[in-house]
Amino acid sequence: MKRLALIFAALLALSLPLKAEEISRQARNDKEAEESVDVVGIIFGHIGDDYEWHITDWGEKRIAIPLPVIVRSRTTGWHIFSSSHLEEGPYEGFAIAGEGPHEGKIIEVATGERPFDISITKNVLSLMMSCALLLIIVLLTARWYRRHDALSEHPTGIAALMEPLIVMVHDMAKENIGEDYKRFSPYLCMAFLFILFNNFLGIVPFFPGGANLTGNIAVTMVLALFTFFTVNLFGTKHYYKEIFVPDVPGFLKPIMPIIEVFSALMKPVSLTIRLFANMLAGHIMILAMVCVIFIMAKYGPVLTGSMSAVSVLFGVFLDALECLVAFIQAYVFTMLSSIYIGLARQKGH
Amino acid sequence: MSLVTPDFGLLFWMVIIFGVVFFLLAKFGFPIITGMVDKRNETIGKSLQEAKEIEVKMKEMTLEHERMLEEARSEQRSILAEASAARKEIVGKAREEAREEADKIVSEAREQIAREKETALSDVRREVAILSVSIAEKILRKDLSDPAAQEEYISRLIDEAMSGKSRIES
Repeated sequence: MKRLALIFAALLALSLPLKAEEISRQARNDKEAEESVDVVGIIFGHIGDDYEWHITDWGEKRIAIPLPVIVRSRTTGWHIFSSSHLEEGPYEGFAIAGEGPHEGKIIEVATGERPFDISITKNVLSLMMSCALLLIIVLLTARWYRRHDALSEHPTGIAALMEPLIVMVHDMAKENIGEDYKRFSPYLCMAFLFILFNNFLGIVPFFPGGANLTGNIAVTMVLALFTFFTVNLFGTKHYYKEIFVPDVPGFLKPIMPIIEVFSALMKPVSLTIRLFANMLAGHIMILAMVCVIFIMAKYGPVLTGSMSAVSVLFGVFLDALECLVAFIQAYVFTMLSSIYIGLARQKGH
Repeated sequence: MSLVTPDFGLLFWMVIIFGVVFFLLAKFGFPIITGMVDKRNETIGKSLQEAKEIEVKMKEMTLEHERMLEEARSEQRSILAEASAARKEIVGKAREEAREEADKIVSEAREQIAREKETALSDVRREVAILSVSIAEKILRKDLSDPAAQEEYISRLIDEAMSGKSRIES
């Protein structure tokens, strides 16, 4: 009963913004446009990539970590400079594009084209930090096992933290891949821990975390491609026979390879999109919940107060949900990768 | 939309960083951990198996122990029975021997007594003979003092002797 009442109260509170929408439409006519909150800008600023790591605004002062820009122009060659130079405007012939196809990216001022851009952006820095963290933690765990006699001692400290995760993935590999699972277990462990670390770091709202790395399609694509190449480079004869000369009735013979190849190519795409979309959606939902507070700020203390309470409650709920999703998505990606590898390692009937 | 178009710079760094970290961890990280864990699992499995075997063995040993105890007990019983039988036999034999010995002694004693008695009797008889001879002598000395009686007596003796002789001859 208590729970039902809580849900009812939440729904009631949720209906408030609908009414507020009407009010705001009237109010918008009166008030100045600059006062309204740019929700899309805020959300996309948080989930997107950037050439600097914006931390916060302290009054009028903008606090951000400038990051190195590394670009190679087709005409003027390599340029390496700090992103802080781009704040005031074009620098060394480069600027951050405004509206257009390359919005928010560095373009050459002269031609309007994208240069070869391998800048250390916010996501790249976050990638480096999380990978360094992963490296340190796993190597420390390995060191524990090297220094202790694991046969007579139970894992302590960092080993006790990491062992369940690694053993979980290792067992998953054993279950799904079969006899030579030990060759693939390190990749699956790596993929799982990488996704897990970055998912959790993405939930942390302040500096070391906060980058939306696993919600970035480039990252998930690389992960999915690693799985794709692992699957197809280590595929057995039987696997390729099933794709190109499957044991089906004659009239299906020309169609099946097309379907099979398409299915093999769609597997990494589905892996890419699943992880990317799940993490992105989670971030957008949490950000939207936070933004509700600022949207409501101009509708008076009653609405602001009630909506703040609701959005904080929902934000906490969504954050908890995101922690769950962070784990589930890492698990699902690893699980599917191991299943795909297992299918490609079949030795025939 | 920039959200769904992968950015080349990030792709580039992701491949490099993920690749390097993967290489390092696949070489120095995960195999050590999973190897140790596998080894430990194996050890645990083996220990459990051993424990099971030991339990079975313990059960067997307990049974064996009980059996041995039972055997020892029955042996003890049989030894005790044998011992008591032997004791009985020895005692019986000893008693028998003792009786025999006693009998022998008694019979010897009896013989001795008989012999002694014989000797004593013969002694007495001799004494009596001597005594009777001496008495007879004394009587004869007194009776044969007169010659008539002497004559008569001699003739009677001769008669007796003659009759005795003839009896032997016939």
